This record gives sequence, C-alpha cells and structure tokens, in this order.
Amino acid sequence: MIESPWPEISFEDRIGTASFNVHHTAHIVVDGKVCADCSTRECIVACPANLFVPTSDGGILFNYEQCFECGTCYMVCNREGAITWNYPEGGYGVVFKRT
Amino acid sequence: MPDVDVIVVGAGPAGSCAAIVLARAGKKVVLIERGPFPGSKNMYGGVVYPRILDQLIPEWWLEAPIQRWVTRRSTMIMTDTKALTIDFRSQAWGAPPYNGATAYRPDFDAWLADHAVAAGAELICSTTVTGLLHDANGHVSGVVTDRPDGELTASVVIACDGVNSFLAKQEGLYGEFDAANYTLGVKETLALPKDVIDERFGVRGTDGVDIEIIGCTGGVNGGGFIYTNLDTIAVGLVLKLPKLAAQKQRPEQLIARLKAHPAIAPLVEGGEIKEYSAHLIPEAGISMLPTLAGNGILLAGDAAALCLAAGIWLEGVNFAMASGMYAGQAAAEAIRSKDTSVAGLAGYQRRLEATFVLKDHRKLRRAPELVLSDRVQHLYPEFATSVAERMFRVDNPEPKPGVRKIVAQERKRVGIRRRDLAKDGLAGLRSFG
Repeated sequence: MIESPWPEISFEDRIGTASFNVHHTAHIVVDGKVCADCSTRECIVACPANLFVPTSDGGILFNYEQCFECGTCYMVCNREGAITWNYPEGGYGVVFKRT
Repeated sequence: MPDVDVIVVGAGPAGSCAAIVLARAGKKVVLIERGPFPGSKNMYGGVVYPRILDQLIPEWWLEAPIQRWVTRRSTMIMTDTKALTIDFRSQAWGAPPYNGATAYRPDFDAWLADHAVAAGAELICSTTVTGLLHDANGHVSGVVTDRPDGELTASVVIACDGVNSFLAKQEGLYGEFDAANYTLGVKETLALPKDVIDERFGVRGTDGVDIEIIGCTGGVNGGGFIYTNLDTIAVGLVLKLPKLAAQKQRPEQLIARLKAHPAIAPLVEGGEIKEYSAHLIPEAGISMLPTLAGNGILLAGDAAALCLAAGIWLEGVNFAMASGMYAGQAAAEAIRSKDTSVAGLAGYQRRLEATFVLKDHRKLRRAPELVLSDRVQHLYPEFATSVAERMFRVDNPEPKPGVRKIVAQERKRVGIRRRDLAKDGLAGLRSFG
C-alpha cells in the first residue's frame, strides 16, 4: 500500500465539498430487516458517499441526505427488496458545479 | 391529439441535441430535467470530443464554456513504484476546429440546453419523470412527472434519462441486469493556481492535458485519469462494480492511493479539494446495449448505454450528442410520416449503424472486456513496466541482454502464459487494428 505524503481530509469534509438540496422525504429507503442477515454488505464499501454504516448490533444505518444519486448501492446489492431506489423529487438532491 | 410532438427526458448532451434538432424541424418539443438546471446531476471523466457539434452549432468553439483544449494526451501504465507513459502532443489540437476539450459539465450541459431553448424547445427543470404513459395499444404516449397534474402526452418520448434509465427499464428495453456491465466513476476537483498547473503539466494559455492511467486501482479492475481545467485539476478513478466491493477498498481510499503515487503526487500536491463527485458509467459496450427503440420511444446517450470504454479511447459525451441528434432526426421523420411505431422510428437504428455511434461500438466490441480483464489490469502493467525498467537499466559490467530476452524473462517472472499473451494480443489487434 502506498502511504499518502500528506494528510487526507475527513469524510465529512470531503462530502461537504459537494452541494445537496435535501428534500424532507427520503428518495432511497433501506429495509434493515432484509439487510440483517446479509453477509456481503457490499454497499458499505462501494457507496462513494459512504451512506451505509454498519451498527454495533449487526444492522446497517442509512442516510439519504448526501447522496450522489449514482445507483451503485442498488447495483451491488444482492438482496431483493433491501433497497428501494428512486430519484429525489425534481430540483432536490445533489447539485454538481465543477464536475 | 397529444399535448406536444416530442417529450425529451433529461437535458444532458443527448437530450439537448435531440431537442435542438426537433425544435429546428418545427416540432413542438418539451425538454424535462430533474435537476435545478441542466448539467447539475452530471459528472464525467474529463474530455468532450466535440466534432459532432459542427453539424449543430457552426463555430461552437467561439461560445462554448470550455476550460482547456487538450493538446497533450498521455496514457500511463503503472505499478505501485513504476510508471511507463506514452505522451503525445499536437499544437493543431489547440486551434480550431479543435479535437478535445475539458469542461465542467454543469456549464457545458447548460450551454447546450440554451441552444435547445433558443431553437424553440421548452425546457422544464426541477421536474422528475417518474414513469411512462401508454395508449390502448400499449404504445408509449407520454410521461408522468412529480409535478401536480404532471402528466404530459406526446407522439414520441426520447429517453435521455441517464445510466440508470428507469424509463428504459420500465419499457422492458434492457435485457437481464448485470452489475458487471457498470463502473463507478469517482473524482476530486482540486484547486491549484493556473500558473502552477501550466508549469506542472507543461502547457500554456488554454492548452490542456488528459492523462489516462491503467494499473492504478489496487486490486480493483478499472482505470484512472487526471486532466486539467483552467484553475483546477481533476483526478479520479473508474472502478468495476463487483470487484470494488469484494476488495474492501473504498473509492476515496483508492483515489488517495493514486494521488500518493510517486508519478502522480508531484502533479496534485497542495491541490485543495473543491468538489468530490461520483457517477455510474455503462462500460460494457455493444454487449450491454438495450433495444434502442420501442413503439413511441427512443433511447439515447447513457440511457442507451452508448458510452465507449475502450482503453485508449474513452468517450461518452460525443456518443450522447450524436445519438441524441440522430434520435431527434428519426423522431421528426416518424412524425412527418405519421408513424411513430417501432417501424416508423427505424430511422434511428439506421443512422446509428451508418455512423461512428454503432460502427465504433461494433469494431470495439471486445475492447471493454479486454481492458478490464484481470491480465490487462493486474499482470500486464507489471510486465510492461519491468521490461522498460530492464531496458533502460544499465547493469555494467553485465552486457545488455537484448529486448527479446528481457521480454521472455519478464513474461515468465510475472506469470503470463504465452498463449494468453497471444490470445489477448489477437483480441487487441482485432479491436484496435
């Protein structure tokens, strides 16, 4: 593994560089009951916005607010019904600027 | 009578080019965008190849919101400690009609959508299309949006709703879904003073650099890129989905790893992260193409998986603009002849087959799989860079061993079977030759 020659920023600061116009209803809903017995949990690694966080009791905590709307989570998920994925309401969600 | 002639869903490069063509043909066209402005949901891996724009906006370069013109194009093959770069530059690419440009998609896509509006298309932003409407015969007859009373009918719907295209999926135009056909693109936009960028990348004025990298993604299959904007640079990765999760390396950790590479660190050092972003890419080429037309509906751009990921050629915006333009032409033709069934819309497939859109994809049908294969990803970079290292290493008093001997020894050392090398070489020749 290559060591970084300078300190990397925290994930909070990283995701804070992107703009989000958050709607009060979630566009993605995760059914924790379906996730409970998932052993692969690929969403935790793959989600570029780091929205899937494992909890101490073996569950997954999900927050839709700082989502890139990319679709990675539902693509890597192998549990039918675990992730209900829609686009946010028109005008809401991520707003890219220099991408 | 339908409300309008054509509804175009998504005001990215495909949607805006479709709308430009249709509006200029005198058709009533509505362009619906879910973001607050066109381009606000879009990111990419860096270069717009704008030749197709010559047909739509003559001398577009006088007005397009371009960051830099790519005059220097590098392909870098790396391992953790070595890098072998093929570096090409042409000053011709820094003058009209230009070859490739870097641009911020929120600027570029908004500019292109302005042309659709100027041509007479109606642009409706902040509106998400949630589904398709069908008539009694099952033909697509319009869309449902998330606006109150948000149904709108049309003779043709052109779905340019991006890589996740729920409209294409609702219409059953995609075959079996396979995550292996997609890569995740992640990117950092880093601020650096313009003169620092010019100095580090060896360019002046609005000349720019695009570096494509292989062998920089750890155990994950994919590739990397760095390119220059005016006073930012962009560094990022494309990562094949299934293996990304299996390798337990998060996307931003893999970017950090690339930025720390001895060949990359001096280019990016001190760059302050201005924006972190991510997007999916339909990467598998012709093998994942959906059915491109249905009764009353056409697919264009990423929604049609028309993205070329062929190693030395990495293109998408040009395929989006061209497919959108041809979809617009075919839809106008179908409306004129009063047949918007799949047969009436056949002019779309015909145009794509006759031009680079499907010709390039057919010729390069083996390329995406080859480029993302385990050997190309994890064995050949070590092979190529160690051959280069031994060629340029001076081992006096040992005499020079000769290239053939080095190649044979390194192939064996890295563990590449001769017949696999021959097979991949042939696949490469068939694709790129």
